[in-house]
Amino acid sequence: MKYQSQKVALYYFGGALALFVVQVLVGTLAGTIYVVPNLLADVIPFNIVRMIHTNALIVWLLMGFFGCAYYLIPEEAETELHSPGLAILQFWLFLAGALAAVVGYLFHIHVGREFLEQPLWIKLAIVVVALMFLYNITLTVLKGRKTAITNVLLLGLWGIAVFFLFSLYNPSNLILDKMFWWWVVHLWVEGVWELVMASVLAFLMIKMTGVDREVVEKWLYVIIALALFSGILGTGHHYYWIGTPAYWQWIGSIFSTFEVLPFFAMVIFTFTMVWKGGRNHPNKAALLWSLGCSVFAFFGAGVWGFLHTLAPINYYTHGTQVTAAHGHLAFYGAYVMVNIAMFTYAMPQLLGRAPYNQVLNMVGFWVTSAAMAFMTFALTFAGVVQVHLQRVLGMTYMDVQDQVSLFYWFRLGAGVFVVLGVLMIVWSLVVPGARTREAVGYAPAE
Amino acid sequence: MSEPSAQSDSWGVLSSLPGNPIMWVLILSELLVFGAFLLGFGGARLVYPDVFRAGQAALDVRMGGINTLLLVTSGLLAALAVEARRADRFGTMRLCLGGAGLLGVAFLVIKGLEWSREAALGHSLSSDTFFTLFYLMTGFHAAHVVMGLVVLAIIARYDSLENLETGTAFWHMVDMIWLLLFPVLYLTR
Repeated sequence: MKYQSQKVALYYFGGALALFVVQVLVGTLAGTIYVVPNLLADVIPFNIVRMIHTNALIVWLLMGFFGCAYYLIPEEAETELHSPGLAILQFWLFLAGALAAVVGYLFHIHVGREFLEQPLWIKLAIVVVALMFLYNITLTVLKGRKTAITNVLLLGLWGIAVFFLFSLYNPSNLILDKMFWWWVVHLWVEGVWELVMASVLAFLMIKMTGVDREVVEKWLYVIIALALFSGILGTGHHYYWIGTPAYWQWIGSIFSTFEVLPFFAMVIFTFTMVWKGGRNHPNKAALLWSLGCSVFAFFGAGVWGFLHTLAPINYYTHGTQVTAAHGHLAFYGAYVMVNIAMFTYAMPQLLGRAPYNQVLNMVGFWVTSAAMAFMTFALTFAGVVQVHLQRVLGMTYMDVQDQVSLFYWFRLGAGVFVVLGVLMIVWSLVVPGARTREAVGYAPAE
Repeated sequence: MSEPSAQSDSWGVLSSLPGNPIMWVLILSELLVFGAFLLGFGGARLVYPDVFRAGQAALDVRMGGINTLLLVTSGLLAALAVEARRADRFGTMRLCLGGAGLLGVAFLVIKGLEWSREAALGHSLSSDTFFTLFYLMTGFHAAHVVMGLVVLAIIARYDSLENLETGTAFWHMVDMIWLLLFPVLYLTR
């Protein structure tokens, strides 16, 4: 850590980790309701539980991105943050908004669009938070050094804010409603979030492998070019069977097929950098998370996305557990892991400690990752069986749910292990290690 | 990494190609997308041979043929512009670039006439699989011609050999993709 104002990132990392625990606990509850359907039905219905699970995920990932930006931008721009006070205020406002939304959900105060269930006033508060954030980081970058990493990160973060505005547009025509809903959902996770992910990974590679900035920047440009090239028109793969013209099946199938390329490039990028630069950096856990992130994102987002992206296949798999399998591994691989990689790298620096609890953190990595992989396989098999029984043989939805319940038990088991792994990770990051040291003995290699 | 040659080497195979290596990343991506369209076209043709036969019969091969000649000539002029720039003949370079651009505009005019002819015959983007693919493939290609014209204008304005090589590489890609689309869409029976 070179700049005092980077410390505001700690608020965001802490808040993100707390919500991470909430997210996986509520996820386990949702997984339990899948196998014990009437559990808590009168107290918290399943739709509310699911809403808290997905909203907590999105909020903590965004909170993590904010923290990543507050940590990374001063160091890249070589200047203090424009206003640390505003950043702290923004954190509390964001956290309060998120908690208010959850409390509101418990009292059935929500609207109906999936993932965008927040009432209008919460959405407007999110816009205010985003403006505070963008103002702060943009002014910081403008007064400091501009690098490829800060440029791409700013582009991604501005994109997140701009596309969120489409959540305020809710046409009464259901087809248009869905089309623009995807402008938030798809253009976030398969568009601008990838820019954030790639720039954070690029930053970590520069810091930890010591490979020249020029080389890292070239990779970054190629990765984001591939991401936008495939991802923007790849939106078409969500336009099948929702009432849009059939030509979207061609556009969506062809462009989204290539969405695997940026993720593949990230695997090659991270492994080449570590191979070229050596693995002498003492923060082995952060390196493990960075490499794991690119690999799991490639499988979760890339391969599991491709599995059902072609229109003739999606005709059968649309809205089945195949989608759930893809969603879980993609979010974990791409966005959970990139956040944890950054937290693992930055928190020891922010807290002025040597990398601590490395072993526990890495055990947490393997437990969580293995459990997520198992959960993905369980849901994939559930999805394949579901497709056959429901879409090919024509059985009814609920009868099929009975048939695949074994896989839901497997998923629940995996979920329990995910909770265990997450607790290990959070413990290793938050609770000080025994070998706490005053100064951090490793300077960024540059 | 301070030496420019060492820097360009780090692009691997792409550094030996003329122009900016990132343009070649774009060109390769474009080839993948149009390649996927051609594969899709081939697959759909196997499934619906009658629809494709009827669709092809309704196309005006002459218009496609003239457009092919226009784009190939335009590509030649772009290549001559690079040659002229290498020999420091700036007047010739500008003339060739201007000619390449004009032929590109002519291509678009004929493409527009061709689409309006098909539309008048009642063939739309949603008529059948053949015409969906016909309009999508020629439409995406035409969008690249428009983009190529913008690129040609940029390299005419911001003159340097690297810019010229980068921009004309894009133009040749547009040209080459048409050379693949024309026989597959119009000619193969």
